[in-house]
Formats: sequence, C-alpha cells, structure tokens
Amino acid sequence: MTAPFLPPNLPDRIPYRRTIPPSSRTQKEKTVFASITLAGTVTAQGPIVERHIDGRVTIADGFRRLTGWPITRALRGTLSAFALALLALGAAPAPVRAESLLNVSYDPTRELYRDLNEAFTAYWVAEGNEAPTIEVSHGGSGSQARAVIDGLEAQVVTLALASDIDKIAEAGKLPADWQTKLPHNSSPYTSTIVFLVREGNPKGIKDWGDLVADGVDVITPNPKTSGGARWNYLAAWAWAEKNGKDPKEFVGALFKHVPVLDSGARGSTTTFTQRGIGDVLLAWENEAYLALNELGEDQFDIVVPSVSVLAEPPVALVDANIKSEGQRKLAEGYLNYLYSPEGQALAFKHYYRGWDASKAAPEDVARFPKLDLVDIASFGGWAKVQPEHFGDGGIFDQIYVPK
Amino acid sequence: MGRPLIHRSPMPGLGLSMGITLTMISLVVLLPIGALLLKGASYGPAGIWETVNRERVWAALFLSFRLSFLAATFNLVFGVMLAWVLVRYRFPGRRILDAAVDLPFALPTAVAGISLTALYAPNGVLGALASGIGWKIAYTQWGIFVALIFVGLPFVARTVQPVIEEIEREVEEASATLGASRLHTVRHVILPMLAPAALTGFALALARAVGEYGSVIFIAGNIPLKTEIAPLLIIIQLEEFNYDAAAAIGIAMLLISFAMLLAINLIQVWSRRRIGYV
Repeated sequence: MTAPFLPPNLPDRIPYRRTIPPSSRTQKEKTVFASITLAGTVTAQGPIVERHIDGRVTIADGFRRLTGWPITRALRGTLSAFALALLALGAAPAPVRAESLLNVSYDPTRELYRDLNEAFTAYWVAEGNEAPTIEVSHGGSGSQARAVIDGLEAQVVTLALASDIDKIAEAGKLPADWQTKLPHNSSPYTSTIVFLVREGNPKGIKDWGDLVADGVDVITPNPKTSGGARWNYLAAWAWAEKNGKDPKEFVGALFKHVPVLDSGARGSTTTFTQRGIGDVLLAWENEAYLALNELGEDQFDIVVPSVSVLAEPPVALVDANIKSEGQRKLAEGYLNYLYSPEGQALAFKHYYRGWDASKAAPEDVARFPKLDLVDIASFGGWAKVQPEHFGDGGIFDQIYVPK
Repeated sequence: MGRPLIHRSPMPGLGLSMGITLTMISLVVLLPIGALLLKGASYGPAGIWETVNRERVWAALFLSFRLSFLAATFNLVFGVMLAWVLVRYRFPGRRILDAAVDLPFALPTAVAGISLTALYAPNGVLGALASGIGWKIAYTQWGIFVALIFVGLPFVARTVQPVIEEIEREVEEASATLGASRLHTVRHVILPMLAPAALTGFALALARAVGEYGSVIFIAGNIPLKTEIAPLLIIIQLEEFNYDAAAAIGIAMLLISFAMLLAINLIQVWSRRRIGYV
C-alpha cells in the first residue's frame, strides 16, 4: 500500500534509521531488504532491523516492526535442492570408455535386434575386445532415415527399404554404391508379405483376389508413411500383373476396402489384433508369426498367398558418423555378424528368411512355406518405383481422388 | 522543462528480465517460426499455393480446423461448467477431481490416443455400447473429436477458475435482492465477467487442437479425404523427404491459426470495451 502523504525522498525519513539497535550498527551492516513470511502466504517487505539467533529477522515496513522467517532462506533451500538435483542428473550417465554403436532400425525388428545385440556383445568380447555399448533406435523406416540425415549419429542403419538408405546416401553420409558392399544386396535377411486372418478364416480368404470381395475389410498401414505397406502394395500389384488384371485398378479397389490406415506396421497389427477391426491384415511374415506367438494361435491364422514380394531390408555402415578406427572395426564386425551362421540363426528364430541355415534350428527353417516371390528389381528398382508409385501425385495418391 | 520520453522504471531488474525474456522467446518461438517462413519463402508463394490448393489438402485442413473449432466450443461450455463446480461447491473428492483436470497436460498424447482408441473401438467398453446403437466412434471423425476434447479440456477450466474465485458471492446476492431470476443473474452478471477468460481458454484449446498429432493419429483411421488430419499430411510429406511441401502446409496452417486467433482477440477487445475489464 502506498502512502500518498509521504514525501518522495522516502528512505531518509523512515523511522527505522533512528531505531536501529546499536549492535547492528557496530557490525556496519548495510541496509538489507528482506521479505519475510508472517503466516501462511502473508508476507511483508522492508529493511532488516535485527537478526535473531534462530534465523528470524525483524524488519521495519515503515509503520511497524515485524518479525518472521526470511523468504530468501526458504528460496535458497529450494534452489540448492534444485541445483543438487541438476548436478545429480548431469552426472548420472557415467562416461563409458568402450566403443559405442548406434543402430538405427525400423519398427518390427525390435525383438530381433534385442537378441542379436546380446549375442554380438558376447561374441565381440570373446574375440578379445572390450564390451561395446550398442544402442538401437526403432521407428518408421522413413522417419528413421530422416533422423539420420538430420544428424542422428547412427553408425549403422538397418532399414526396411533400400530407397530410404539411398536418401541418406544422397545427403552424403555414405557412398552411393553402398548396396554393393555386403552380400545379397546388403540384405542379411529377407521377408515377405502374408495375410493374417481371424481364426478359422471366416471370410474364406485364400489369395489376393479374395481381398476385394464385398464385405471384406483389409488392414494395412499407409504406404506413404510405412515401408512395410509399400511392400504390401507392390505384392498386390505383382499378383494382379501375373493374373492378367489391371494392377492399377486392382490396387485401387483393394485400398477402397481399407477402413484404417495406420502410420506404421506395428500400429496396423494392434488395430487388427487388439481393436478387432478388419478381416485380414497384410503383414510382414515375421510380424504375422509374432502376432500368432504373442496372442495365441487360437485367435488368428496365417494365409500364404500364391504370389508375394521378396522384401530385402538392407543394412549399411554410415561412413560420415564413424569417429574412430575402433568404431569402424566395431561397426564392420557388427554388420558381418549379421551374415555369420550365428546371426543368421537368430534371424531365422525371429521369423526372418535368412540365407545361411547351417546353424539355425531346423524347425525355424521348415516353417517358411514356399511361394512365388517377386523382387524389387522386377518392378524396376526403388529408384523407379518410389517416385512412380509413392511420390507426390503418384499412382497411390491417385487412388484417393474425390469423386 | 519537457518530460523525458522514456521514464526509467522504478521497478528494479527491467533490463535483465527483458533481456532474458527476449532471448528465450527468440530461441524457442521466433527462430523456429522464422525458419519455417524462410523455408516457405524459398519455395515461393506460387509453390505454396500449388501444394495447398489440392482437394486432399483442403479436405484435411477443413477437417482439422472444423473439428478443432467444435472441440474447443465443447470445451468452452464444459470447461466453464467444470470450473464453476470446482470453485463453488464443496463435495467429497473435489480436490482429486481438481487435480484430474490437469491430467491431459501430463499424459503423453500417444498414451492418451491409445487408451481412447482402446475404449472407443468397436470392441472397447464404450465403443461396444455405441456400436450397439449403430454409432461408430473410433476411426471416424467422432474419434478425432473425442481426442481433441481430451487434449483441450484443461485450458478453459484453468483459465476460468481463478476468475470465478474472484467473483464475490455478494454480487449474485445483490442481483437476487434486486429481483433478478437465476437465469438472468447467470446471463447478465456471471457470464459477462467470465467471458474474457473463457475466450482466452477457448483460443488456447483451439490452438492446441489444431496442432495435435500424437493422440489423434491412433483414433482417426487416417483415410484420405475422410479422416486425414492436416498434421498427418505434413508428416507424409516429410516421409517423402519433401521438406518444401511440408513447410507449405505448415505455413497454411499457421496463417489460418493466426487469422482465427486474431478474430478471437478482436472479439475479446470488443467484449472488454462493452463490459469493462474484470
């Protein structure tokens, strides 16, 4: 509250000057202002007149003297607690001296790389190296590629589509001929697209042609945001071509049967299995087996179509993010391990079609049905397919044209 | 003697606090928006128009803004009522309810989206009830509406709450003693006092809903032209490494949001002039 009757040169006239006890004057203390709490949230401000032994202070607010706990004390306590917490947080991640590796991968490989990293670490230590720190990041293939382009320091990328790694190469992070550096088009494992249907296959779905029957709802992620969905789309395209149908028309009709377009493969699996939407899920083979395993074989059946695609999820070393020779050695060792019989056995175990079954459990290999697989080269390669089918205004966009 | 143009403020610390404020605002708000506009400027107005002027983009923008507006309107009514109940009545569990209002702020939006979807999907608890009467909520525009109500709920309630606390009971009592009916008191005494704060809350809820991605994406269905929201189109363009087009749609959203917020502010100015500051 301001007192309008007081003259402007207020400080000189305030009575406390005359009432400062001699003790504090002898300390030659300067006038210190303080805020004190009186009761609850009631506070008062004024110059300190007297400090008490118990920490309270007496202030003069111009009219009367008040005694209470200074707020700065409480504040100081909070602040130092805050600073301590910050320090603790900052100090928590202890610096690791061993080499580290970041593998940026796509969505459905979570389980595979959890096992692979463990096995690789054991192998690497057995080879006489220090235990490395291996981290994996998962997400949609396209957004993972973008994160690497934008500066995520991945030494190794293991994505769903070669075209995503091509984009990283275009940004100058690895050489354009990266796909020739490792065997099998740099794909240590392959997969294909199968159908997951509800137990007993109530709609009688046998092949791609059954998907466009009346009353069938198909679940697939959005090919614009999901690498897996692009394979779904291409598999449908390949079937239509082989069966003398107009592929563009068939794929258009197929996507008219899709009630929910999730942004990623995992999202679609959830929509189909947990939310009970749709009659058939177009899924990665490994994702379909995983759903069977996790959710019980009595709920879903896998239907293998006559034609599907040979999906080759490639891996590559990101040269620009390698910081030392040791790290290069580790990253190369990691990628080569994917091709080793042990690594391949793990890929088989996680329902990927590997190349080398020598160490794999026979039942892991035997469960893959034989079917007619079409690879990306027969579509003309990603460099052609990507803009033609999935680019802005491409064939996929033309499906969703308002009538 | 003429008075100096700028008075030194008697309050201490203007220079320091102003400096920190400007730095923070620049780092956190102005620079990112500036970068967006710069990206758009390099693309050119013609390019932006070409990206935005497509049936699918218009459909998504219209959907996003229409549902955000509806959800914010719902929150305006519901939020004022909620704040009124929380301030004016004493009942067991009031504090818990009060704390629960803030939950939409604290919950990661993806978690909110997934739990809402689980509830409202045809095999969820509420979704099963709704589908019993032939009403589909999840994977339709209703689902988006529900998610947007969820994320925007705290804004109106929290902006109106302190204002209701300030309104003294005597005001209502005076109105009653002067012979006003209850409805009249609410319409001509209470609501005008709440209007500016409620409008602020409405603007905040609207702005939040327009940009919401995380929760909506799970419940929307994402079918182009039907349930595809504008932020998803931006993500799709980014997936295609099409930064220019993404920036173009972003700028379009920014401009529409700006126009809407401006309109709301003008209404606020007008209402203040009419009924004075509260």
